[in-house]
Amino acid sequence: MERVYSQSGDRIESRLPVIVHRYGPFTRANHWLTAACLILLLISGLGFFHPWLYFLTDLFGGGQTARVVHPWIGVVLFVSFLGLFFRMVRLNLPRREDAVWIENVREVVAGKEEDLPELGKYNAGQKFVFWAMTVLIIVLIVTGFMMWQRYFDGLVTIQVRRIATMVHAIAAVLIILTWILHVYAAIWTRGTLRAMTRGTVTGGWAWRHHRKWLRELARLDRKGPAE
Amino acid sequence: MTTAPEPLTAASNPPVEPLESNLLPSDVIRRSATTDLPEPTRQLTKVAKLIDVSRCIGCKACQSACIEWNDTHPAIEENVGSYTNPHDLTPEMFTLMRFTEWENPETNNLEWLIRKDGCMHCEDPGCLKACPAPGAIVQYSNGIVDFIHENCIGCGYCISGCPFDIPRISKVTNVAYKCTLCVDRVAVGQGPACAKACPTECITFGPKEEMQAFAEERIAELKTRGFENAGLYDPQGVGGTHVMYVLQHADKPEIYADLPADPRISPVVEAWKGVTKTVGLAAIGVMAVGAALHGFFGRPNEVTGRDREEAQRLVDEERP
Ligand code: SF4
Repeated sequence: MERVYSQSGDRIESRLPVIVHRYGPFTRANHWLTAACLILLLISGLGFFHPWLYFLTDLFGGGQTARVVHPWIGVVLFVSFLGLFFRMVRLNLPRREDAVWIENVREVVAGKEEDLPELGKYNAGQKFVFWAMTVLIIVLIVTGFMMWQRYFDGLVTIQVRRIATMVHAIAAVLIILTWILHVYAAIWTRGTLRAMTRGTVTGGWAWRHHRKWLRELARLDRKGPAE
Repeated sequence: MTTAPEPLTAASNPPVEPLESNLLPSDVIRRSATTDLPEPTRQLTKVAKLIDVSRCIGCKACQSACIEWNDTHPAIEENVGSYTNPHDLTPEMFTLMRFTEWENPETNNLEWLIRKDGCMHCEDPGCLKACPAPGAIVQYSNGIVDFIHENCIGCGYCISGCPFDIPRISKVTNVAYKCTLCVDRVAVGQGPACAKACPTECITFGPKEEMQAFAEERIAELKTRGFENAGLYDPQGVGGTHVMYVLQHADKPEIYADLPADPRISPVVEAWKGVTKTVGLAAIGVMAVGAALHGFFGRPNEVTGRDREEAQRLVDEERP
């Protein structure tokens, strides 16, 4: 049977109680590497962003070191994010039910998901985070290279570099906002974090938030070879 | 030790006895990435270097004096097709004679324009505005803009900030360099090394007002010699500069190796350093506080017993 709403590797791990496997060890490691890079970039970048936050560069051993490591961490993040991107892009493509979800986002925030359409592995909010991160990371890496004085000082004219610097700053603010949204949603929706730590979620969580995904996995569980 | 006088000229020989610096830390009126700078207690005489382009003979004595005083070691380079050498300002070359062969369309004469390029010491310095490192760029109340290398982080933002393309970052020391207006000489009562070395009085140094008055005399003389567009280059877009040019053709500064006609801090830099920072920080703050409040006071989205039962039923149904 073809998978429509799930990723290869997603499966019902146990049936009593229902435990569902959501992310394998490789995806989780990939996610946490990206997260670590993002946080380091955020700290060093904020240090350059505003004089009030310059003290943050001390965490890296001073402004010079923060300036040296920031772009390299950015390169690592970019490569790491590529891994997540290619793994997750298929299930993050928009679908018709996303529009309904967005229209009823108030209900979601109020915790009343019951009347909304059943969803696959990701809801529209998660897809938004995915695509926002994708676009912003591309913008940040491209403008980042234009600003990378040490190795790319002649890459663009000074006027282009000014624009790149401003775009980089704006994109950085937007990615921080997206990041807060991402972290907050993962905490607010109880039972989500363990998908990225232990790799599994409870059946109740899957039924509540990603029913189509659960349905498909249950069906696969029946068709597939017994363990 | 007595304090050195503020220098009035570069022409006279300096005093030889040891003197205390006349520049105090409290004379700093602007400091990069610093918001709480104390009010200065006194105002130094504003100084300026005047470069009368019409008098320059292109001997490069100023360049040599600059190298000698600042103890820099510019690399020996290839000829780039003119007398300009090195090919550009570098971290080791703070001032550069730029040679332009210009054909005057009115007279059909070939004019050899030689402009001594280097930091203009803007009254409103874009480099300082762009700099993210506290204290890496300072401005004294006499108008001198100076890079403090131990605070510099080598990010290159000053390059984006400068309307004149002046700062250069060394690949060896990873800090930015430019003309200091010989702040270390001025502090002990001497004029800049280039002005001291200039054999034609093309470069003069002193209080800015005197330099402006002197420039007027020079311009008047140039006008009697037929340069009716002679004028002073002291661009107001950056609040005026503490390095000024007398130009034979002040109506077309661009012919002097692309001297900008109306330099100002780029609006992009202003927006980046202004509204982007404020709005950005505010947005991040609001979002973080909002999330925290919703987290503390809002109800979390929890899985219910019904969800659990339904899940169980679904899985059991699908696989009896
Ligand atoms: S010319 Fe450039 S480096 Fe010099 S003070 Fe002005 S902005 Fe700064």
